[in-house]
Amino acid sequence: MNVYSRVYKLVVTIPPLAWVAIFLVAPYAFLFCFSFWSVQSQTIVHHWSLHNYLRLAGNPVYAQVLLRSMRIAGMVTILALALSFPLAYYLSFRAGARKELLFQLVIIPLWVSYLVRAYAWKTILGSDGVLNTLLQYTGLVTHPVAFLLYSPFAVVLTLTHIYTPFAFLPIYASLEHIPRSLVEASQDLGASGFRILRTVILPLALPGILAGATFAFVLSLGDFLAPLLLGGPGGVMISNVVVSLFGAAYDWPLGAAISLSMLALVVLLLMATERLEKKWSFR
Amino acid sequence: MALLSIRGVAKQFGQVQVLRDVSIEIAPGEFLTVLGESGSGKTTLLRLLAGFERPDRGEIWMDDQRLDPLPPNQRGVNTVFQHYALFPHLSVFENVAYGLRARKTPGEEIAPRAAKALAQVKMSEFARRRPTELSGGQQQRVALARALVNRPKLLLLDEPLSALDARLRREMQVELKSLQREVGIAFLFVTHDQEEAMALSDRIALLRAGQLEQVDTPRAIYNRPRTAYAASFIGLTNLLRVRVADGLACCGPLEWPCDSPPGDAVFSLRPECIRLTVPGAFSAMVLRQTFGGATDLLEIECAAGLTLTVRTPSRGELTGQQSFDFQPEDAVRLQ
Repeated sequence: MNVYSRVYKLVVTIPPLAWVAIFLVAPYAFLFCFSFWSVQSQTIVHHWSLHNYLRLAGNPVYAQVLLRSMRIAGMVTILALALSFPLAYYLSFRAGARKELLFQLVIIPLWVSYLVRAYAWKTILGSDGVLNTLLQYTGLVTHPVAFLLYSPFAVVLTLTHIYTPFAFLPIYASLEHIPRSLVEASQDLGASGFRILRTVILPLALPGILAGATFAFVLSLGDFLAPLLLGGPGGVMISNVVVSLFGAAYDWPLGAAISLSMLALVVLLLMATERLEKKWSFR
Repeated sequence: MALLSIRGVAKQFGQVQVLRDVSIEIAPGEFLTVLGESGSGKTTLLRLLAGFERPDRGEIWMDDQRLDPLPPNQRGVNTVFQHYALFPHLSVFENVAYGLRARKTPGEEIAPRAAKALAQVKMSEFARRRPTELSGGQQQRVALARALVNRPKLLLLDEPLSALDARLRREMQVELKSLQREVGIAFLFVTHDQEEAMALSDRIALLRAGQLEQVDTPRAIYNRPRTAYAASFIGLTNLLRVRVADGLACCGPLEWPCDSPPGDAVFSLRPECIRLTVPGAFSAMVLRQTFGGATDLLEIECAAGLTLTVRTPSRGELTGQQSFDFQPEDAVRLQ
């Protein structure tokens, strides 16, 4: 190997490695260290112990918030799948010439800032919001409906709106990859529409559905803006706890411990779904 | 009484007229090959029969039932797809059982019938495998079993052998033909390979640019082609521009008695119909000799601008002027 190709190799490998080291490895290493330190009289002492993790396990509040976060993420996942599978199926198998246009329409919301979309829901759901005004105008209710905003409902609704395209994309991709000859073979052998869906399309789209579900679940599990803006006291999620620990509470060590626990949870989840995806893919 | 009758079927995709006024009948138990180049409309014709496309005009009848308005899952027809289209997530057995389950066959019948179909194509020991674990030839057999297990009246085969290598392909041709005799189901076989068509078929329907050029037995189509296209698509041939007058056909130095009406015409003369003999009817210069094992292919020049291809038994090298002969009835007048 000559010196030029060696230099070339260094030039192309060092920047990405440096990027990963500075923005990924180093922060996680800090987080890891912090999670074993503690706070004494408003200063962080570098005293290694499992103290933070024990606090986490000992106080049921954290488990409750985590459970609520998982419940919200789970509902978002179910709703996102319920919306995106029929949509992806329609686009892939039925839309014909309108396919491209509809696909763009699904993607366009991704170009709009998350904040704008979250605030939009605030405007729609608030007590002076579009929805309540309409309900009062039509006489269905006399006073503004309160549960719409600042509730887990608002969080689930907003997160579903925001993460449905993320669930849609892998499902759509997997449907597009199903050879149409398999659908024709199924028809040819006497199967009707629903049987084709159940015995051919669904099994072959399973890896995509799983990938979509994973996206929706993981992204909404770690979300903190929607609960912050629309959740109210009842809609607090685990990331809000972390944010407040790093901010107002100045308890970085506990915040780091929660973050790492969440990270471990998500990594385990990703490993599990990846194994399932491999098991369910047949190409 | 025909099993299937295709009556004046036409199909257009966008601006392209893929099929124009095609009519054929298929007898029960017949092996009919639709032969044509790519783009001739042969796959479209098959898809019309399977129900994946609807004809713009014309009708398709099977026995006393009109087929063309029915969706694919309500026709007594099954298809072997070009790339087999086996379900990758199902075992070989489940692939074969698929049609039985879809047609709500009683549960206790499914296993024995699927097993029998797999035995017919010698794939019993592979029942538990996934299609992706099989070779091309084995997948081919499973695709056949998956279609035949439903006992269709007509089996459609879309270039099923085209993905196989040459040796396996010849083996499968023999097996396919004997399987067809065994099950007694009518086969409609689509291919672009004229040798395959001749080896397998009871009749060949030659399709050209969406129209039937000739429908006949392989022997008849080879020995009595109707058009120059049919003559040159199926086998090698010499096309001769001939002037017929006074009961004599004349093409350069070649002359032979001929009772067809006078005028200009094109004749087909197969290379193997021209023989090396002494004395011959005409003499010609050997331009090239290609050794082909049992027979040689000669290119000979009878006169300036008139070269012919001749197939002779291989008997060593030939050079210079040689004399040749042919039987007048082997020269076939084309339309």
